[in-house]
Amino acid sequence: MTVLRSLILTITLLFTSLPQAHAVQPDEILSDPVLEARARELSGQMRCLVCQNQSIDDSDAPLAKDLRLLIRERLVQGETNEQVVSYLVSRYGEFVLLKPRLNASTALLWGGPFAILLIGGLIIFMRRRKGSMLAEPEQALSEDEQSSLRKVLKEPE
Amino acid sequence: MIPEIGQFAVILAFITALYQFAVPMYGAWRNDSRLMAVAAPAAGLQFVLIALAFACLTWSYLSSDFSVENVFRNSHSAKPLIYKISGVWGNHEGSMLLWVGMLAGFGAAVAVFGGNLPASLKARVIAVQGSISVAFLSFILLTSNPFARLDPAPIEGRGLNPILQDPALAIHPPLLYAGYVGLSIAFSFAVAALIEGKVDAAWARWVRPWTLAAWMFLTAGIMLGSWWAYYELGWGGWWFWDPVENASFMPWLVAGALLHSAIVVEKRNALKAWTILLAILAFSLSLVGTFLVRSGVLTSVHAFAVDPARGVYVLGILCVFIGGSLSLYAWRAPTIKAGGLFAPISREGALVLNNLLLTAACASVFIGTLYPLLLESITGAKISVGPPYFNLTFGPLVVPLLLLVPVGPLMSWKRADLFAAMQRLWVAAVAALVVGIAAMAWQWRGPWLAPFGVALGAWLVAASAREMIARTKVGSAPFNVAWARFKGLPGAAWGMMLAHAGVGVLVIGVVAITSWKEEIVTVMKPGEVMQVGGKSVTYLGESPVTGPNYTADRARFQVSSGGKPVSEIWSEKRVFQPSNQPTTEVGIEPFLSGDVYVVIGDRAGENGRTVRSYFHPLVWMIWFGGALMFIGGACSMFDRRYRVGAPKKAAKPVVQPAE
Repeated sequence: MTVLRSLILTITLLFTSLPQAHAVQPDEILSDPVLEARARELSGQMRCLVCQNQSIDDSDAPLAKDLRLLIRERLVQGETNEQVVSYLVSRYGEFVLLKPRLNASTALLWGGPFAILLIGGLIIFMRRRKGSMLAEPEQALSEDEQSSLRKVLKEPE
Repeated sequence: MIPEIGQFAVILAFITALYQFAVPMYGAWRNDSRLMAVAAPAAGLQFVLIALAFACLTWSYLSSDFSVENVFRNSHSAKPLIYKISGVWGNHEGSMLLWVGMLAGFGAAVAVFGGNLPASLKARVIAVQGSISVAFLSFILLTSNPFARLDPAPIEGRGLNPILQDPALAIHPPLLYAGYVGLSIAFSFAVAALIEGKVDAAWARWVRPWTLAAWMFLTAGIMLGSWWAYYELGWGGWWFWDPVENASFMPWLVAGALLHSAIVVEKRNALKAWTILLAILAFSLSLVGTFLVRSGVLTSVHAFAVDPARGVYVLGILCVFIGGSLSLYAWRAPTIKAGGLFAPISREGALVLNNLLLTAACASVFIGTLYPLLLESITGAKISVGPPYFNLTFGPLVVPLLLLVPVGPLMSWKRADLFAAMQRLWVAAVAALVVGIAAMAWQWRGPWLAPFGVALGAWLVAASAREMIARTKVGSAPFNVAWARFKGLPGAAWGMMLAHAGVGVLVIGVVAITSWKEEIVTVMKPGEVMQVGGKSVTYLGESPVTGPNYTADRARFQVSSGGKPVSEIWSEKRVFQPSNQPTTEVGIEPFLSGDVYVVIGDRAGENGRTVRSYFHPLVWMIWFGGALMFIGGACSMFDRRYRVGAPKKAAKPVVQPAE
């Protein structure tokens, strides 16, 4: 959506579909509004596997339509959201989830930003305790400065 | 002939950039004013040469010279003039030429406007700027030549992707690039300061306008892109957490942090080492963004491996500049003398917190964007990181930041009274509460967090309004006194108030469209009416139309509000020639309460059309907020102290004729 993305689009034009979305078709919509709302929520969290960074809810690719119908079928059969998600993951892998599940390989992903906040806060706190906030410790005079100081004070070198 | 002139101009610019880097740098080291003096003319010459090359490429596009491979691939003789011009940067090679052109332009601007800089600092800044040009000009020459020829020349070009044929998209890339590249100046200043070993209030004052300009360009570029996506992509999405968007968002966040920390350096001579680091990080993130976009690594790690020449080259540039500058930082930063001390509850303390939260928020964007690439290249596991991740990490980091925005400016330097600051804000707090309750009354459906989000935005707007009233004494002083105070407010104060209010307005818009969007998907026949967002939309019928390079079906709709017809809008399905590519044009009718947004889909049965109608409440606030931020930046930019503040030397006989 930035132009940069559009530039990529230009380059990959021949291989991928346009991001123009038509998404959910009238004939897909479930008559039960509660189930339909759940279906929309779920499909907003599933990646369209053949598009660039679009959810199946936004995509007009045929595969996305198949997945939307699949989700609705499963919901109508009375499955819970979790069951539907597990089924899709078992079929397409973790890649289908736009919200990765927390496990050993994604711990850093989920924890990283907050860890940085914590570490940054700690650094600031430690520096404060050392006396000056975010300030670098005072440096001793350098060789040059020592010698010019001696010159000024007219000390023998 | 013309393309060859362009080709030679790029080569000459490369040589000039080498000279611009090496000679002044050496001159500054040897303290030789004659060698330092070549910096400014070299920067000017480099800019002129790249501008010439750019003009040559533009000429090739305007004259549809399909013997130039780049023109053949990205243009078509039947394309409207404006898209022939924008086609110049609508592709990899041309956009890189624009990128270095802007880089050289910023370098030349330092040469022209940097008259009050100390000679050695100016020479070093321009030299560092030259070194970046060297890297990217060699990238163009070795991997991405825009002037490559075809023999025999094809008769017709392939055309520009129709989705890019849009006025907003014609100026979006130059704005964004100006932002990316503008941060190179902050970077060059930071590296030059590290080499000089001196960071002071004057340094911060010189850096700030450049950072501000870059930040404004980024703001405008991001907002324009978002607006384009909203009206062009056809479902009213305005932000997607797409890696390419994130690539522009990360430098924006860090530039925002840098703008705030530079104030501390300028006013209090503190946070110097940190500010230098931020300046380095801001441009490093621009480079990372360039790498992400240019290497093809985003499509897939494998795309990168298939055609690695460009990706590896940019990665090399990345390593040299980021690694080099950070090493320099590690080596030299400890020699930067610490400045003023301050208590944790103080303006400085508030700005430190601002920087901490902005940096962590940027880290969430950074990690979310790069983690899938990293994980795949290490373990081979493929995961996706999409909007739900960013909502859950970026969101919680930004909310406390927004809550604190109104408090910071009311704290005094060195040591502040938090209670006194809060006391002055109670009116704003009440106003925010009232707006939140009003939001609840207006839209009782939707997520329970939404009214809090609206209240949060209102909190920022109200606090800015309070600040303005308090400073000008509107209402309490006679009109002429208040007017005089109004006019006398410094640009920086206006900048702060407008930008903070703009953030608040944007937050309200974002919360409203995210929480209360209405969507109806149905098949309509002419004459049928549909209700959305309290407005009625009547389908009038459709007719074929012909554009300069497309044919279309145009469906017309009558929008009525309160039983009265307001206007007629239309949505089109276009098929572009020569590619036969379909696009959809959206019909939008804006109201103060939000946009009625109509898109047609496929034909359905006899006379029927699939029609999607949306109501996007308060969506205009997103871009209005962005505009306020931009205007705020401009006000701050024109603050008097940047024109008269820095000491000016009476005469500077630096430039001497060569013998």
